[in-house]
Amino acid sequence: MTAVTESAAADLVGSADSGTDPMVPHRYRVVRRRLETRDTVTQLLEPLDEPIPAFAPGQFAMLYAFGVGEVPISMSGDPSRVELLQHTLRNVGAVTGALCAARPGAVIGVRGPFGTSWDLNSAYGHDLVFIAGGIGLAPLRSALLQALSQRERYRRLVLLLGVRNPDELMFRKDLRSWKGLFDVDVEITVDRGAPGWRGQVGVVTTLLPQAPFDPDNAVAFVCGPEVMLRFTALGLSQRGVPAQRIRLSTERNMKCGVGLCGHCQLGPVLVCRDGPVFSYDRLAPLLHVREL
Amino acid sequence: MTDEVAGIATRLAKHPFLAGMPDVHVQALAGLARLQRWPADTRLFSEHRTADRFFLLEEGLVYIEMPIPGQEDMVLETVRGGDVLGWSWLFPPYVWHFSALTVAPTEAIVLAAAGVRERCEASPEFGYDLIRRVAGVAIQRLHAVRLRLMNLYDPTPPRR
Ligand SMILES: Cc1cc2nc3c(=O)[nH]c(=O)nc-3n(C[C@H](O)[C@H](O)[C@H](O)COP(=O)(O)OP(=O)(O)OC[C@H]3O[C@@H](n4cnc5c(N)ncnc54)[C@H](O)[C@@H]3O)c2cc1C
Ligand code: FES
Repeated sequence: MTAVTESAAADLVGSADSGTDPMVPHRYRVVRRRLETRDTVTQLLEPLDEPIPAFAPGQFAMLYAFGVGEVPISMSGDPSRVELLQHTLRNVGAVTGALCAARPGAVIGVRGPFGTSWDLNSAYGHDLVFIAGGIGLAPLRSALLQALSQRERYRRLVLLLGVRNPDELMFRKDLRSWKGLFDVDVEITVDRGAPGWRGQVGVVTTLLPQAPFDPDNAVAFVCGPEVMLRFTALGLSQRGVPAQRIRLSTERNMKCGVGLCGHCQLGPVLVCRDGPVFSYDRLAPLLHVREL
Repeated sequence: MTDEVAGIATRLAKHPFLAGMPDVHVQALAGLARLQRWPADTRLFSEHRTADRFFLLEEGLVYIEMPIPGQEDMVLETVRGGDVLGWSWLFPPYVWHFSALTVAPTEAIVLAAAGVRERCEASPEFGYDLIRRVAGVAIQRLHAVRLRLMNLYDPTPPRR
């Protein structure tokens, strides 16, 4: 990202005191940048202005690389740590490239939090099954951290993660520590093994038939590219998880993030306002339509 | 029925691959089965060798591999406790198309292929039941391979 000073950023956002207008970005400074994989970076941000309101896992923010553009990015941090925001970004284009490149000290704009959450509170007393494909682990990480901080409220906690190859595993420290917990089941599978890999090989859906949860009592949270969502939801249905208890996080290109511009329309819904998290019974008819 | 065969029958009945199979068939299979365990890094079978058995895995993890000359064997997929391993025994020429290697200590019920084939011939009802189960697993694995070909985790839509 082009280095942006705090005062230049203040000019770009109009005012350092951005108030609560959801269209005005709040300035945040990168305080730590961690390379997760070859093309994925986690940025830790601290507020320079009034911080944005607390978020719920599953929600997203619009991150603004000044002079380049703005994109929706999920919260990947611990929701109880309001003083710092954490986002994990995969560099796929101009804006994510600029945001990934931002070094400590760089200033970026943040609007949000927006959209629906995973709504963990409605899953008290259930088995929680988190299923992630690739970068989809980012928004689920927040939910998992919240569930772990309230461990007694839930029954089994299961994380099923699929990535293309072992080099693409992110949040390695977290994965190690979650694997070490006796009351969390973590299963990881890769499309292609590599020297030294002694784990499972196959797509994430192959983990479903035997994953240790009770379909009658489970709530599933799924995040990944759309094809993965479709097939994972089918696999969960085949295991007997009812569609209302399968929650999927969807993606669409966005502009305003607050339901004004129509950019993120998916049939009758606006993903930024009505989503990004939807239950499968609501999303299924839309996921299976071409050209939506 | 000996105690050993009865014990195997109980374990067969609990294996997900045979869930719901009528008792009489399970008992018949038990007479063709034995229990076996292996440490990690044991080759269970190799490509081109006679496929004279198949495995109902109870514990462990097994790589299904394809040897590639001059390179490390390519891992195609893993199977684990609860899965069935091997179906080359079911169709001529009864040779393995791939190799299988344990990557963790593994325990399985091993079934003698010739005896199971004979039973399929003798009892079409049993044969149909078994083939339906094998077909179900084969379809699941075919789907998984197709998904892998689609590059499931890459968010960038393929260019036309
Ligand atoms: C609610 C929501 C949450 C998101 N959370 C994250 C996150 O936590 N981390 C993260 O890295 N990304 C996340 N994304 C995706 C991210 O917003 C896009 O990757 C980003 O908008 C791409 O912008 P760009 O300018 O870098 O690339 P562009 O130049 O716009 O696009 C580059 C390439 O990526 C493809 N592309 C762009 N956006 C998407 C998309 N949404 N899905 C699939 N392909 C796309 C384009 O077709 C193009 O081939 C999220 C998206 C949404 C809607
Ligand atoms: S991004 Fe503008 S309506 Fe959703």
